[in-house]
Amino acid sequence: MKKGNLELVVGVFVLTGLACLAYLAIHLGKLEVFGSGYHVTAEFDNISGLKSGAAVEVAGVEVGRVESIQISSGDRARLVLRLEPGLKIHDDAIASIRTKGIIGDKFVKLSPGNSDKLIPPGGKIRDTESAVEWEELISKYIHGKV
Amino acid sequence: MDNLLRLWGRWVLSLVQDAGRMILFLFEGLGLAFVPPFRGRRFLQEIQLIGVKSCLIVLLTAAFTGMVLALQGYYTLRKYGSEGALGSAVALSLIREMGPVLTALMVSARAGSAVTAEIGIMRITEQLDALDTMAVNPMQYVVMPKLIAGLVAVPLLTAIFDVTGILGGYLIGVVLLGVSSGTYFSGMVQSVVPLDINGGIVKSLVFGLTIILVACYKGYYTEHGAEGVSRATNQTVVLSAILVLAWDYVLTSFFM
Amino acid sequence: MIQIIDLVKSFNGQVVLDGINLEMPQGKITVVIGKSGVGKSVLLKHIVGLLKPNSGKVLIDGVDITFLTGRKLQEMKKRFAVLFQGGALFDSLNVFENIAFPLREKTRLSEAEIKRRILERLEQMNLSPEVGYKFPDQLSGGMKKRVALARAMIQEPEIMFFDEPVTGLDPPMTNTVFHLITKTHQESGYTALVVSHDIPDVFQVADYVAMLHQGRIIAYGTPEEIQHHADPIVQSFIHGEVDFLEA
Repeated sequence: MKKGNLELVVGVFVLTGLACLAYLAIHLGKLEVFGSGYHVTAEFDNISGLKSGAAVEVAGVEVGRVESIQISSGDRARLVLRLEPGLKIHDDAIASIRTKGIIGDKFVKLSPGNSDKLIPPGGKIRDTESAVEWEELISKYIHGKV
Repeated sequence: MDNLLRLWGRWVLSLVQDAGRMILFLFEGLGLAFVPPFRGRRFLQEIQLIGVKSCLIVLLTAAFTGMVLALQGYYTLRKYGSEGALGSAVALSLIREMGPVLTALMVSARAGSAVTAEIGIMRITEQLDALDTMAVNPMQYVVMPKLIAGLVAVPLLTAIFDVTGILGGYLIGVVLLGVSSGTYFSGMVQSVVPLDINGGIVKSLVFGLTIILVACYKGYYTEHGAEGVSRATNQTVVLSAILVLAWDYVLTSFFM
Repeated sequence: MIQIIDLVKSFNGQVVLDGINLEMPQGKITVVIGKSGVGKSVLLKHIVGLLKPNSGKVLIDGVDITFLTGRKLQEMKKRFAVLFQGGALFDSLNVFENIAFPLREKTRLSEAEIKRRILERLEQMNLSPEVGYKFPDQLSGGMKKRVALARAMIQEPEIMFFDEPVTGLDPPMTNTVFHLITKTHQESGYTALVVSHDIPDVFQVADYVAMLHQGRIIAYGTPEEIQHHADPIVQSFIHGEVDFLEA
């Protein structure tokens, strides 16, 4: 009887712990269990603190996530975006870095465009807009350059 | 002056020596995990001792931590009109800092001291010697399963802590203070990135190993009878708390 | 046969054993007597390989145990069993599991066979089978000793070590333990080393007696020879005279 008890209790504990871990990793950490969707890349002059895992939105609706951030050969920030399958991005699409509110999180805003050609999986978004640097704007204003 | 310097030097020397012995102890203990017999049952017993028995205290601490974070966060964020960030404030504080650190401190107070007392008593009543004379390596029978259990149980407890804390924060933030439920959870999902989760897991692995290592080491080298056991238990709690907080600083600076 | 040759051990510069020479003949019980804290247990721990000497040898059938490591040391340890001072029963295991422990670790016997042997040993120690379900903290000192002796004997050792087997026991229990030592010795004929300061009681089980004093063996012989030994230190110790040097 005592034996069964030990295994049962430990089993319940481990499963509960794993369930919590899974919730954190999959729901909050956006761990891709079944890698669905496709990738596109985009290069920015400045992403000012955007983190991998940040949201990608079209018209305010979340359609994907920033999967990785690297420095490209031209000292620009190269983002790999994972987008929902079925989302159509045209080759005149514009990707811009925005902030939610003044102190909110950074995210990537996509305007999908409307040309005839689509960007294929693995393709690149050409038109990008860097983040607005509030500090820069403010300092320009103070020093009277605006 | 000369005397003071010598005293100081001796103290530093013994500290370094102690640290070295602890590292060797760790390597020996972990190395024995790969040598038969594997003692699966002993491992289950230690998960029970270190993990299951710490559950209640971890749940209580987590619920109150989440509630306090929500309360503090709400009144601070309201000044800037950003109550919407409450979910992410609670989740990030829990996952990055409070979860791993408070879980480690609670486990060390609850299980670490118990481990030291158990091994210390086995030392002074010659049970460790008895194992040895029965051709059973006491490091492998007593210490190794505890180290592995610490490595497994503490991350699981930390995950339980995080989730419980998030629910505690929900209780105060959403149910009591009226932040909308959708805002609370979507803010959380928005702002938590994989690096936060990974950082939290790495922290909890390191903390788990650290506190159980200290507890086993202090117990294993207990001397001078019952008084020695109480001193070793005391040292375990103090030393593991200091090490956890120091490690936390180092690891945080790695993951930022 | 066990031979100890020029064994020296010091802790933090304090010499505890200062060149011990002693032989324990095959199949006999050798008793080492001496004052508390004189290093009797330290000597015992060297012979079972728990401590390593600064210099000197411990030969068991000609093999120096102080140089053995790994598997060979484990094999050697399987040949002997130790009765520790407090019994050293495992607190987390009940009596049955305690006695079963060496069998489960060292042998591949079936559970039924293990159970049969344990019941046999419990009976040998005048313990009822119900004791098997108790935990060590529920046992009296004398019962702990008997359970520990059962755990030692179930290993069917060639060599037995007894560390202060009767210290702290009342006179009837002292006699019971000595009776059990004599009985088990007659049945299995092990070579034994007993470390004790309980004299003259311990003479009843001794074939040979050695006295340890200030890190050396100062007297050796049969119990009668020791009792009539000329050395005043031996005489004052075995007659329990007040020790003015210590007091």
